[in-house]
Amino acid sequence: MDIFLQLVASGFLVGGIYALIALGFVLIYKATNIINFATGEFMMIGAYIFYSLVVYLKLSPFIGFPLVIIFAAILGFLVERLILRHMLGQPNISIIMVTIGLSSILLGLAEIIWGSSFRSFPPLFPRKPIILGEIVLRSNLFYGFLMAMVVVAVFLLLFKYAKVGVAMRATANDQMAAFSMGINVKTMFTISWAFGAIAASLGGIIIGNIGGVQPTLGHIGLKIFPIVILGGLDSIIGAVIGGFIVGIVENLAGGYLDPYFHGGVKDLAPFVVLIFILLIKPHGLFGTKEIERL
Amino acid sequence: MHIGDFKETYASDQAVFINATSRFWLGILFALLILFPFVAGDYLLFMANLAGITIIGAVGLNILTGFAGLISLGHAAFIGVGGYTAAILSTRFDLPFLLCLPLSGLMAAFFGIIVGGPSLRLKGLYLCIATLAAQLILEFIFVHWESMTGGIRGMNISPPDIFGYVLDNDFKFYFVTLIMVILCVTFARNLFRTRVGRAFIAIRDRDISAELMGINLLRYKTYAFALSSFLAGISGCLWVNFLKTITPEHFPLLESVRYLAMIIVGGMGSILGSILGAIFMTIVPEVISTILGFLVNIFPTAMSFLFPLQQVIFGLLIVIFLVFEPHGLAEIWRRIKNYFHLWPFEH
Repeated sequence: MDIFLQLVASGFLVGGIYALIALGFVLIYKATNIINFATGEFMMIGAYIFYSLVVYLKLSPFIGFPLVIIFAAILGFLVERLILRHMLGQPNISIIMVTIGLSSILLGLAEIIWGSSFRSFPPLFPRKPIILGEIVLRSNLFYGFLMAMVVVAVFLLLFKYAKVGVAMRATANDQMAAFSMGINVKTMFTISWAFGAIAASLGGIIIGNIGGVQPTLGHIGLKIFPIVILGGLDSIIGAVIGGFIVGIVENLAGGYLDPYFHGGVKDLAPFVVLIFILLIKPHGLFGTKEIERL
Repeated sequence: MHIGDFKETYASDQAVFINATSRFWLGILFALLILFPFVAGDYLLFMANLAGITIIGAVGLNILTGFAGLISLGHAAFIGVGGYTAAILSTRFDLPFLLCLPLSGLMAAFFGIIVGGPSLRLKGLYLCIATLAAQLILEFIFVHWESMTGGIRGMNISPPDIFGYVLDNDFKFYFVTLIMVILCVTFARNLFRTRVGRAFIAIRDRDISAELMGINLLRYKTYAFALSSFLAGISGCLWVNFLKTITPEHFPLLESVRYLAMIIVGGMGSILGSILGAIFMTIVPEVISTILGFLVNIFPTAMSFLFPLQQVIFGLLIVIFLVFEPHGLAEIWRRIKNYFHLWPFEH
């Protein structure tokens, strides 16, 4: 039972961080209907930028964070403006492929710039593990989780109350109506890409702080898909719930099944769950069923 | 200049080779392909074999993604299924190469049907992610079913033979590849003159309309998956018999992406496009590594950039083609051809 609680607790913490990364995906999907396969790479680039700022330029992490946010916003802006803007109105396959191409470019660039070797972050948080009753939590994971939750909460509040958030929700709801209300829809697209990139890169910093950073960090981005499908593609709350579910599922699968399969089950389990969910509910657990008309 | 090309019967309008000129050039191409191995060196032969095997895989993916509109991120895994089936059948059951070939195709088709079965209910992104899951699950099986697949270390097989004639070098294997490429391409080209192929196109353009016109979506989507994976299996079988080794590392997600890149660069929904894309994507890495080879004299570490540079260039090619030339190399080829049709009177 101890081990079970332990696995669930750390799975819950990891899930919170996944939720932040999934938020980076959902923000873009909700506003623009674009499936961003490069979310994982945004994450990896964010982690590397932070690493460079803190290690090479010896900046304090408190300056590093805002700089990464600015950089991620610029990255998101450029990607939308230079590539995705040209793809408006193209078929789904083309748009998916463009983001896959983009992820390949970012992955290659990161490897050229930072090399393929594994780098670990300097300690950002106190190292003492957190002990809750019988559960021991790694401090990196715990503080990372807190940070992720703060960022998610900020985004949620932004959506609820800030003018730009309301405008983004309006755009997601009905582009024509938003247009006629004087919202610049194209600007909203750009902003949502910037927001998506920010959420993903902050998630990247947290993940990088836990497990170190290397170009293949972006593969964690693949886990977004089970998460968003569980949670429904266009639901922000769904992404958070999905993140928790996937975090717990993969930790339990890893803890109990990995010894029998010599590893690898942990990364696979969310996808197996995903397949079963898709077989039963083709639009995910919380996703809106699209009604198609001719 | 080529004028006066009127069609008076339906048969001539639907012909694959529309006129004497195209038949003539096709004959020339065929002759060149036959002569090629007698003049080419070892390296070129190796590349030609690889390109041929890749063409079969790319044609398979184009049937599914380009013609039927079902995006698949698991194509490399299906090629892997074909490859592993061939390797297992030939080492453990001593089956001859000619029997392995269709069997590995059928096995891959079987897996394709399993994955594609739910595809009636899944669409667009959901299907794409289901195939992604299939890719990861199959990769897991390749690595972890050690008693059958040899795990990480993979398997080695002995050179294939056809009725006792051993195909032990690239020269001999070239003809097998050539025949298989011609068979598969002819099959695919003709597929789209039949009901099944036209149904695929109708499904791609608008599946609800297709259903209203009496196309059984489940059946035809399953056909699309089966045919595409069958070709993938054939490609995998040739691949393992050509390289004589197989490990899970040969069929990662990246390889699936590479196949998608091929059909996008070549031209989605075009058989010629799959061929051009496959050849292009086989040549590009070689060109990059040659260029880097020259640069080694100036920057000694240039070679370490080979892999990331390939990634960047693959990505750039995908993005550039999708933004500027969505119909790919096939469209560029068509424009060049049209230019010369009317040359020198363009207008």
